[in-house]
Amino acid sequence: MSNSEASIVDDRSLSSGSKFGARAGRAFLYLVLILFAVYYLLPLYVMLVNSFKPLDEIRRGDMMALPDMWTIAPWASAWSTAQIGVQATGLKPYFMNSIAMVVPAVLISTVLGSLNGYVLTKWRFRGDGIVFGLLLLSCFIPFQIVLIPMARMLGILGLAGSTSGLVLVHVVYGLGFTTLFFRNYYAAFPTELVRAAQIDGAGFFRIFYRILLPSSGPIIVVSVIWQFTNIWNDFLFGASFADVDSVPMTVALNNLVSSSTGVKEYNVHFAGAVLAALPTLVVYVVSGRYFVRGLMAGAVKG
Amino acid sequence: MKERLQAWVPKLVLGPSFLLILFFVYGFILYTGYLSVSDSKMLPSYGFVGLDNYERLWKLRHWTNSLKNLAIFGILYIVICSVLGLLLAILLDQKIRAEGVLRPIYLYPMALSFIVTGTAWKWFLDPGIGLEHTMQTWGWESFEFDWIKSRTHAIYVVVIAAVWQSSGFVMAMFLAGLRGVDPDIIRAAEIDGASRTRIYRRIIIPMMRPVFLSAFVVLAHLAIKSYDLVVALTGGGPGQATELPATFMYSYTFSRNLMGIGASSAIIMLIMIFSIIVPYLYTELRADRRT
Repeated sequence: MSNSEASIVDDRSLSSGSKFGARAGRAFLYLVLILFAVYYLLPLYVMLVNSFKPLDEIRRGDMMALPDMWTIAPWASAWSTAQIGVQATGLKPYFMNSIAMVVPAVLISTVLGSLNGYVLTKWRFRGDGIVFGLLLLSCFIPFQIVLIPMARMLGILGLAGSTSGLVLVHVVYGLGFTTLFFRNYYAAFPTELVRAAQIDGAGFFRIFYRILLPSSGPIIVVSVIWQFTNIWNDFLFGASFADVDSVPMTVALNNLVSSSTGVKEYNVHFAGAVLAALPTLVVYVVSGRYFVRGLMAGAVKG
Repeated sequence: MKERLQAWVPKLVLGPSFLLILFFVYGFILYTGYLSVSDSKMLPSYGFVGLDNYERLWKLRHWTNSLKNLAIFGILYIVICSVLGLLLAILLDQKIRAEGVLRPIYLYPMALSFIVTGTAWKWFLDPGIGLEHTMQTWGWESFEFDWIKSRTHAIYVVVIAAVWQSSGFVMAMFLAGLRGVDPDIIRAAEIDGASRTRIYRRIIIPMMRPVFLSAFVVLAHLAIKSYDLVVALTGGGPGQATELPATFMYSYTFSRNLMGIGASSAIIMLIMIFSIIVPYLYTELRADRRT
């Protein structure tokens, strides 16, 4: 687009002045874009740089400066000795809690979502639109609306305060999204292939396993990344339903940062924050394309 | 016989998910709805009290403050994210060589937890150690930025952090929209001698209407749900300066033991979100069926 525009400009005026203007405009454009990049990177930079400083160096001033004396002590402390709540365990056990919660929740919700999407597109029935509508609407509810009954239900099921309870919660409130992903993906898959296999005598699961699943790679990645990011980053459910043995990383980080006893160890807080951000950041860096696709599918198309 | 069974398989597969949603989402909404007209205090209780909780709710300064804060936060968050998102998308759409590097940088905050974002901004904007202190160390002695400690300005700090987190996402939505514009239309306008700004103002931006709508719906519902960020950034304070409906609901239900009022505030939040999302989904799904 801008190439063709540039050529028009060149045809009209060959004076060096306007060429200079175009070049200056271009430089300005890049400057603005780079300034925005700095704005987005600044908090991450501040977190990283200060997580390698001794505490007194942070108090002395200049948050932007590189450490005078590099130290990994804040990281060691955040990981294994910092005071979280009443115990001085560091974030490590909570990191493990989050993993124990995220892995099953992501797998179960993705498997169910793929089967739901398959049924809703290839085995349609009367009223399937309503089923999908209700699933879709469930993505957007404010979770405050389910906190009280969910707390009671987890108690009744004997899952209160357990990782299994959190897995259940995340599976239920993630189903809408995973179903949406697979439904939209399978909608574009040729139904004739399914019908042909049916005529050949293949059953429901065989068709799914042999025909749809082999080409589902991209959407499985989208669903897994989306669910992983959301569940890892969840705070509300963790804060409401977790107990000592199941408190996830986000809640532990918040306890670490907002604990009012003793000196505020900013460097340890920053190291902890980076530790909490690391898994989702790594996933983002490795497969950002799929992350964006998930965001878009969740936002743009109903 | 086998054929009959086959016909039931799809429904048996979808059934459990559907029942889970029916129970854990819609059943729970009804339950919370009932609690909102009950005399529940610390524990659920089923004495019917009509709309008492709602009447008490609207008389609470704490609640009206939360709504006022939500209005300020929501409007600024939606407007700034949309403007910034559109601007960045247009700038990036000028055949930028480094787009592959810049775009992920603009978008990565979306992958972070709000608790991480909150922690980063909390200390970055803390007058004692953060930006203010740094500027003063650099020699700008009179520099002041203590909004996070200010009863009147703390809500704008929440806006700053939330915009930082979400604007890249809006940028990605607009960029996808811009890339979907038919290049022939633009070429035709160029041949007619329209300037670049004019093409954007008169042709491209008006074509972005559906993206504006999607962005509005997504941002509005995120704003109403905002909870984690406030907890990590300000804890609702100073005073009640950054209290939002979501934090109000949590503290009335679980700390103040006024479950009936907490439930009624959750119902109001649901009504706010549904009044935005239901018409949107309805039109989207209908458009889907027509194609």
